[in-house]
Amino acid sequence: MDLKKSTFWGYKRENGRVGVRNHVIILPVDDLSNAAAEAVANNIKGTLAIPHPYGRLQFGADLDLHFRTLIGTGSNPNVAAVVVICIEDQWAKKVADAIAATGKPVAYFGIEQHGDHDTILRASKKAKEFVQWASEQRREERPLKDLWVSTKCGESDTTSGCGANPTVGNAFDKMYDHGVTLCFGETTELTGGEHLVAARCRTDDVRKKFQFMFDRYQAVVEAHKTSDLRDSQPTKGNIEGGLTTIEEKALGNIQKIGRKCMVDGVIDKAETPTGPGLWFMDSSSAAAEMLTLLGAAGFAVHFFPTGQGNVVGNPILPVIKLCANPRTVRTMSEHIDVDVSGLLRKEMSPDQAGDALLECMFRTANGRLTAAEALGHREFVLTRLYESA
Amino acid sequence: MIHFVVHDEHDSVGVIVVEGVKSGDRLSGWIMDQDKDIQVVAKSDIPIGHKLAIKPLDNGATVIKYGVDIGKTIAPIQVGEHTHVQNLRTKRW
Repeated sequence: MDLKKSTFWGYKRENGRVGVRNHVIILPVDDLSNAAAEAVANNIKGTLAIPHPYGRLQFGADLDLHFRTLIGTGSNPNVAAVVVICIEDQWAKKVADAIAATGKPVAYFGIEQHGDHDTILRASKKAKEFVQWASEQRREERPLKDLWVSTKCGESDTTSGCGANPTVGNAFDKMYDHGVTLCFGETTELTGGEHLVAARCRTDDVRKKFQFMFDRYQAVVEAHKTSDLRDSQPTKGNIEGGLTTIEEKALGNIQKIGRKCMVDGVIDKAETPTGPGLWFMDSSSAAAEMLTLLGAAGFAVHFFPTGQGNVVGNPILPVIKLCANPRTVRTMSEHIDVDVSGLLRKEMSPDQAGDALLECMFRTANGRLTAAEALGHREFVLTRLYESA
Repeated sequence: MIHFVVHDEHDSVGVIVVEGVKSGDRLSGWIMDQDKDIQVVAKSDIPIGHKLAIKPLDNGATVIKYGVDIGKTIAPIQVGEHTHVQNLRTKRW
């Protein structure tokens, strides 16, 4: 596929970023505000509540990450407008002000001294205004470089490494030359192949940052493990699928960054890239956690290769599933957007598989719902760094 | 018909890509990077997605896949034998 003149139809936001969805989200800052947020979303059709279990008595870097993730989610270009609800007015304002820096419509509501009823009433009025405004936003034709694309795999098996992951790699290699912003992560799942990623880093500075992130995560594993990690990495699903060691899983994982892309930059969890190219994000390898971090970083479309059949989705980030395992494609077809099992029968070349994925990406960006969206998968899982105070 | 694929010709193992492989089956493999064919007789029943050895491996030998070290054997493995957690383990953690 020649991507030189490729375009997609997206929503250009006030800050210049381009989204492929037009969500009005009701964003609780803490667990206590979930009920009100869900009530507002129930009152006002076309809005989306994003409940989660955290936000109380977090502190330090863990609290910073909590705010960064919520603010990033609200700032994502797939989101048209945001209603923030928090038990306390001040923190609602803090999140809303940061999202408002993008220029998009934001309103905030604190529950204390009002109660749920009054908060729901006031927030519903604002949400109705926002959703009607958003419904008049129109897609416009944009160059491919305006699309931010991330990847992370899940329930991997050996077919991921020889089929689905190299397909993502092929698509990444093709897009890389056209100034697209790309991202991968899954720090512990690079174990055994970290030297290969280090060798792909664009500069010594990037390599140092990558090694710092990798060593930092290994130190967490070392500090908390009770035995080795053989019981969790590879996972039971990975082992069922034929993956034996973390090194094997990592080498399969790394196929996602293709053969030509260089790692241009490194970001911490939920941080936003500052330019085009391939970025490494330090992250957990748990699917919903990383998708949540990628949505918060501003990515608009996601490639999710699976082997044994992970069903994850995200509230704001369309997740495109691809699979090369013929058994999974047969038994879990409703979850698979792109079937690349032909690769393993030599009926499809890697180049054709990459093109099939890109074609699905353009259709998804133009508005076609992914399998995960149609099935209602909206997993939103905040990463915690340590216990609350 | 391709029963298993191998990433690189220097690899010790290939990956079964069809369902229902039984011990004694004659298997045709495809070495992807060099685009070569390879034949192996299965020495175990092997589920789809699982590995088989394409080279004889002593106990403690390094196992190569993608041209890279993926761990060591904890038992000797014959050509065509199922290679998984019962005879292969990480060198880490």
